[in-house]
Amino acid sequence: MKNAKLCILTSLAVAVTAGMAALPTSSAAAKTLVYCSEANPEGFNPSLFTAGTTFDASSRQIYNRLVEFDRGTTNIVPALADSWEVSNNGTTYTFNLRSGIKWQSNDRFTPSRDFNADDIIFSFDRQRVDSHPFFNVSGGTYEYFQGMDMPSLIESVEKIDDLTVRFNLTRPEAPFIANLAMDFASIMSSEYADQMLAAGTPEIIDQEPIGTGPFRLVDFQPDAVIRYAAHEDYFRGKAPIDDLIFSITPDSSVRFAKLQAGECDVMPFPNPADLDAMRADPNINLLEAEGLNTGYLAFNTERAPFTDVRVRQALSMAINKQAIIDAVFQGSGVIAKNPIPPTIWSYNDAVEDYAFDPDAARALLAEAGFADGFSTNVWAMPVQRPYNPNAARMAELIQADWADVGVTAEIVSFEWGEYLRRSKDGEHDTVLLGWTGDNGDPDNFLAVLLGCSAAQDGTNRARWCHQPFEDLIQAAKRTADVAERTSLYEQAQVISKEEAPWVTIAHSRVFEPISSRVSDFRIDPFGGHVFYGVDIQE
Amino acid sequence: MLTFLVRRLFLVIPTFVGVTLLAFALIHLIPGDPIDLIAGERVVSAERRVQLEAKFGLDKPLHQQYLIYMGHMLQGDLGDSIVARRPVVHEFFARFPATVELSVIAIFLAVIVGLPAGILAGVKRKSAFDHSVMAVSLTGYSMPIFWWALLLILLFSVNLGWTPVSGRIDVKFFFDRVTGFMLIDSLLSGQEGAFKSTVRHLILPSIVLATIPLAVIARMTRSSMVEVLTDDYIRTARAKGLSRLRIIDIHALRNALIPVVTVIGLQVSVALGGAILTETIFAWPGIGKWIIDSISRRDYPVIQGGVLMIAATVIVVNLLVDLLYGVINPRISHA
Repeated sequence: MKNAKLCILTSLAVAVTAGMAALPTSSAAAKTLVYCSEANPEGFNPSLFTAGTTFDASSRQIYNRLVEFDRGTTNIVPALADSWEVSNNGTTYTFNLRSGIKWQSNDRFTPSRDFNADDIIFSFDRQRVDSHPFFNVSGGTYEYFQGMDMPSLIESVEKIDDLTVRFNLTRPEAPFIANLAMDFASIMSSEYADQMLAAGTPEIIDQEPIGTGPFRLVDFQPDAVIRYAAHEDYFRGKAPIDDLIFSITPDSSVRFAKLQAGECDVMPFPNPADLDAMRADPNINLLEAEGLNTGYLAFNTERAPFTDVRVRQALSMAINKQAIIDAVFQGSGVIAKNPIPPTIWSYNDAVEDYAFDPDAARALLAEAGFADGFSTNVWAMPVQRPYNPNAARMAELIQADWADVGVTAEIVSFEWGEYLRRSKDGEHDTVLLGWTGDNGDPDNFLAVLLGCSAAQDGTNRARWCHQPFEDLIQAAKRTADVAERTSLYEQAQVISKEEAPWVTIAHSRVFEPISSRVSDFRIDPFGGHVFYGVDIQE
Repeated sequence: MLTFLVRRLFLVIPTFVGVTLLAFALIHLIPGDPIDLIAGERVVSAERRVQLEAKFGLDKPLHQQYLIYMGHMLQGDLGDSIVARRPVVHEFFARFPATVELSVIAIFLAVIVGLPAGILAGVKRKSAFDHSVMAVSLTGYSMPIFWWALLLILLFSVNLGWTPVSGRIDVKFFFDRVTGFMLIDSLLSGQEGAFKSTVRHLILPSIVLATIPLAVIARMTRSSMVEVLTDDYIRTARAKGLSRLRIIDIHALRNALIPVVTVIGLQVSVALGGAILTETIFAWPGIGKWIIDSISRRDYPVIQGGVLMIAATVIVVNLLVDLLYGVINPRISHA
């Protein structure tokens, strides 16, 4: 018995010593930034998913794209591509790739070559070609690629040489470059993919990512922690911080408590009620910026009485938007007069919004034959979104405003998935929803949300297909000339105001509380979190 | 004993079938499906929806989906998560140790405080101590967990700085996970301060999670004691001149413990099923939060697999409780 005890103790001691020896010794001088992220990422391949949380954990730290958004702006800058040329007819894009870009490595993979055209072909063909060996790996759902209509747009991706690649499109599409800066277009290593496929574990490339980006994944504990280390050979230079840690903290009050206690340095999505306390805390800097989003109420223009433009205009006039901004956004939003936010190029500031005028609304309703009003419904989303922090409250305010002009509105809500599906199918009279921009291009709002094809597939919740508007946005897709596109979109915004398929309600402001030790953190207009370039005082 | 075990294990089969059927039926009764949620405000075209339904096996009639699921389950395959695209079993065991660790500590805390408090309150019925225990346990039982947890965080973590706000260990510690139990892994890591950090991180969540079980155990023990102490055989023992301590210890407590053990077993089952609120507030990476997230994302394989695994845990705990009855009171025979 004594011997057995001795044996157990000795084994334990050996295990402890071995454990100690196997551990990486953390350098005392390493600069570590802790980000209290809001949720668990779905995975580490941004082309498979659509959630911002997943992009924060993958594309925005680990990967690069051919072109990217300049940090904190919607401007497109060269990234893996040095430069590009567009053919005169707008259907061929030729990219000249940067040389000498290094891939990261991990326990399974050490790259034998730098980034080249094969990686571009792999990353796009995987999402595009259904016979590709990786097409079905990890579920094979490329919803952003699908949603941006890439399968029908890209005819082929050709390798001209190691550092030149050509995209042949089926039609001219001016927003194509902006699409390539989106997360789903992140570039993965084809060499890593080949090795993992040969080893019979292709899904590993989606779980243990290898990118060219500023941080490499070190460890992931689901629902708890994600650890990254700076990529020493990053082509823009090593990040100022050495280690980046995502401490997953779902509750916003707890994130704030952690920021106060010094357990994290940056936190997303603060609770609006905590903003004043954050401003008052000397150890916290509360950054704020205008969000790239629009919250709106869409009239179902296929249903009477919303087929009549006068009714839509009258109900637009009947809503007191300032009261909504004050009550629902509590000051963290601005009134929207256009479908696109003011931060997007081609925003038409000359458009005049409908002033809040219940008398004029009543007169216009009478003119349309509804002097005694009518009954309708307002659908209110069951979830909180940046463009609408409290849809139920917003719906109540709208209900009261409309009651004032004789219109009785019933508030309707469903579970979120059901809400999306039913509103897509046009079961509503009027519906509250919104949109956060994907790529900073006006097309991403105007065509996706108000175009005729969107009226068929359902993203256009107003189901509004108006030919003069459609002609303008289609013409803007076909030309690469930004001045011409700007003019076309400006005209389109005038029409959308006159025709009033939506009541444009608000653009919200985005808040980002950070520790006062953190420097050069920039709010991403797309709602993401990019940590390259951010520094922290020790 | 062996016959009892075999009989119980046979009973497990219909229980499992019932659980899978119920879980399967209930999740398909919830409106919406994973495909609606994959796209969010964006829209999945009708053509794409058909492709995705086929990919996730949602295109078949429900009874076929169920039979296919059961077929895979019998081969030990609980399917892949629609969200994480990884095997459900793998995802479950990545989180289960966190839940077990927190539950065991919390229930231990609830028992070592609740049991003596209940016994004393029962023995000293209608005393000031009894009234205090009942008042405190009633408060604990009715306390909104969310509010209670935030209150503790604000007081002990933010204002006093005594305990960390959330998580299982300070993020500066990084070591290989051997068992998944942070108390053990931090010890094995040999890193200075890792074990202490783990203990400090356990304090608030285990107090919060222990609150309700503690209240229930204290109240149950008290009422059970009160009942037993008025029984004839206790009066007889007193008449025989046995000491008060001996009466309580040998005669009253053993009999009073039977219902208490049942209650403790139930509390363990509940805690092992994942303490959703506690796990969410303290960012505790356990299975409760995982399953709730999966419900909101309609991740069918995770909900089904997760419920099944929790059911298995509850069945095992109940079996252990049944066996424990015999140990506490030899008159209860499993033969």
